[in-house]
Amino acid sequence: MGIGEIILISLVKILLIISLLFLTVSYLTYFERKISAWVQNRIGPNRVGWKGLLQPFADVFKLMLKEDIVPEKADRIIHLLAPMIALFVAFSTFAVIPFGPEVHLFGYDIPLVVADVNMGVLFVLALTSLSVYGLTLAGWSSGSKYSLLGGIRSSAQMISYEISMGFSIGGVLLLSESLRPIAIVESQSGWMWNAIVQPIGFITFLVSAFAETNRLPFDLPEAEPELVGGFHTEYSSMKFAAFFLSEYANMIIASGLIVTLYLGGWQIPYIDLLGLPSGLVALLQVGAFIFKLVAILFFFLWVRWSLPRFRYDQLMNLGWKVMFPLSLINIIWVALLIMIFGL
Amino acid sequence: MLESYIPIFIVMFFATVIALGITFSSMLLGPQRPNKEKLSTYESGMKPVGTTRERISIKYYLVAMLFIIFDLEVLFIYPWAVQFKKLFAEFGISIFISMFIFLVVFELGYLYAYKKGGFEWD
Amino acid sequence: MTLEIVLFVIFALVCLVSGILMVTRVNPVISALFLVVNFGSLAGLYLTLNAQFIAVAQVIIYAGAIMVFFLFVIMLINPEHEKRFLEYKPQLKIFAVAIAVLVFLQIAYIILFSKPSEGVSREVAASVKAGTIEQIGRELFTKYVLPFEAVGYLLLSAAIGALVLAKKKFK
Repeated sequence: MGIGEIILISLVKILLIISLLFLTVSYLTYFERKISAWVQNRIGPNRVGWKGLLQPFADVFKLMLKEDIVPEKADRIIHLLAPMIALFVAFSTFAVIPFGPEVHLFGYDIPLVVADVNMGVLFVLALTSLSVYGLTLAGWSSGSKYSLLGGIRSSAQMISYEISMGFSIGGVLLLSESLRPIAIVESQSGWMWNAIVQPIGFITFLVSAFAETNRLPFDLPEAEPELVGGFHTEYSSMKFAAFFLSEYANMIIASGLIVTLYLGGWQIPYIDLLGLPSGLVALLQVGAFIFKLVAILFFFLWVRWSLPRFRYDQLMNLGWKVMFPLSLINIIWVALLIMIFGL
Repeated sequence: MLESYIPIFIVMFFATVIALGITFSSMLLGPQRPNKEKLSTYESGMKPVGTTRERISIKYYLVAMLFIIFDLEVLFIYPWAVQFKKLFAEFGISIFISMFIFLVVFELGYLYAYKKGGFEWD
Repeated sequence: MTLEIVLFVIFALVCLVSGILMVTRVNPVISALFLVVNFGSLAGLYLTLNAQFIAVAQVIIYAGAIMVFFLFVIMLINPEHEKRFLEYKPQLKIFAVAIAVLVFLQIAYIILFSKPSEGVSREVAASVKAGTIEQIGRELFTKYVLPFEAVGYLLLSAAIGALVLAKKKFK
């Protein structure tokens, strides 16, 4: 393939996925409100559109038309830059997550992933390590004490859990022998899902993913009762929405990563034995990926409305004293599995 | 090799456009009616006290320093993990032992931090 | 190849401009952010050299870990205070200039007098292979096991040093 063709094909894929991501993000806010209402025996949004289905659009337009307030004590440039960093990271990480197998279309073999690069998983780690800047700078630049505390807390929290996240991925790499997400998915054929082979790593990764996306029970940076809203206390209008958009986008990407690394990605166990036509199989597999993704997203929301928030010392204790050793034990466990059973 | 990274550059370009578009949209569309009360720092309705440019607990710095060190450890594990199966088939258990020694040495640092109360928050 | 040249020019320009801006900005937080941009463009330059793992490691370690720590320090030590410190003791600037000149001479020496390209295989396929994490893992655990273990001890001493420094204060 020439460079022109590569650019064209990836443009189509990128535009498709970005619009899907936007749609999912806006409807995730809707489902969060609906599910929270359902959990708490309320009704939830039901006025805008049928059953409130147009609520996300109403929210976005409302926020767009709000005044953009920059407090006088704030550092104007960095105050503007922080939500941009958060959005940039949230909307470029999806590039390496595969959502389906290779398909044949119009005479090309197109892998259903935006960028099939050798460093796939590390690329995600590199970008998430940059997302710390968004929150820290937002907290610092606002010139408010609540924001500063929220920003510092969140960065310490994120870097602490990044380590156990990194170690958990090490266990996956032992089995896949590659950093390419497609190879990782293919290494989990049949029921050899990493969630089953290395349950400890799955749990540590899941918990770290919750902490990295600042979701309850790890939403200490926001902690409404004590920090008013944390790092985004002094943000308004779409800048405020930017943090929420990136939080939800990060949640979708984290779910995609969990599915790819631990739940067999797009694969459906033993679907080859049914003898279906290849086009239908590919379609079913994309459907399976979306199903798994939605299931994990529901789990994110479910946990949020079921568990209370941690205290900060409990959070750091959990990260450094429980998750860190567990993820190391997981690596040794997988290495022993390989040496003894030759997985 | 470089061709496979083209989509990533395009994605980053789009992400930049999205970031700029979203952050500037309400600056363009929203009203601008600032006043002194509105622009003052929020402190639960009270007049703001002191500055925010204060020093914070050293524990945060300690976590950041330990993070650099353990992040390096993570990066050393990846090349080993990716090649482990092949190297194990070739060289046997010595590959596991060399990583095990590295981890044990490293976890001495972890245990030291644990004993010294580096992970204690109160 | 044209793609490589285009990318090299872009990244080199970003690298140069962000480097200059980093040195000239007054606000240290902005300086630090330009340094992050600089590290990013450096990662891009590594990528044009087919060193994929080094490129990503550059972002993870330098931009993601070390600069976060720098930012913590800059944000929370009140830069105004440090500015007064320099005005109070202007002779400290001599050291800064001396170190800068030394580094510059070193770079000039490397560029002008040493010949690093001699004796290195120049095949593209070989360099692509050498940059992958698989090859690095193989080299690290077959040829360089001893230096690898030594790195373990080095990082152990770094961890102990960090704790000793930090624990002195809040006893």
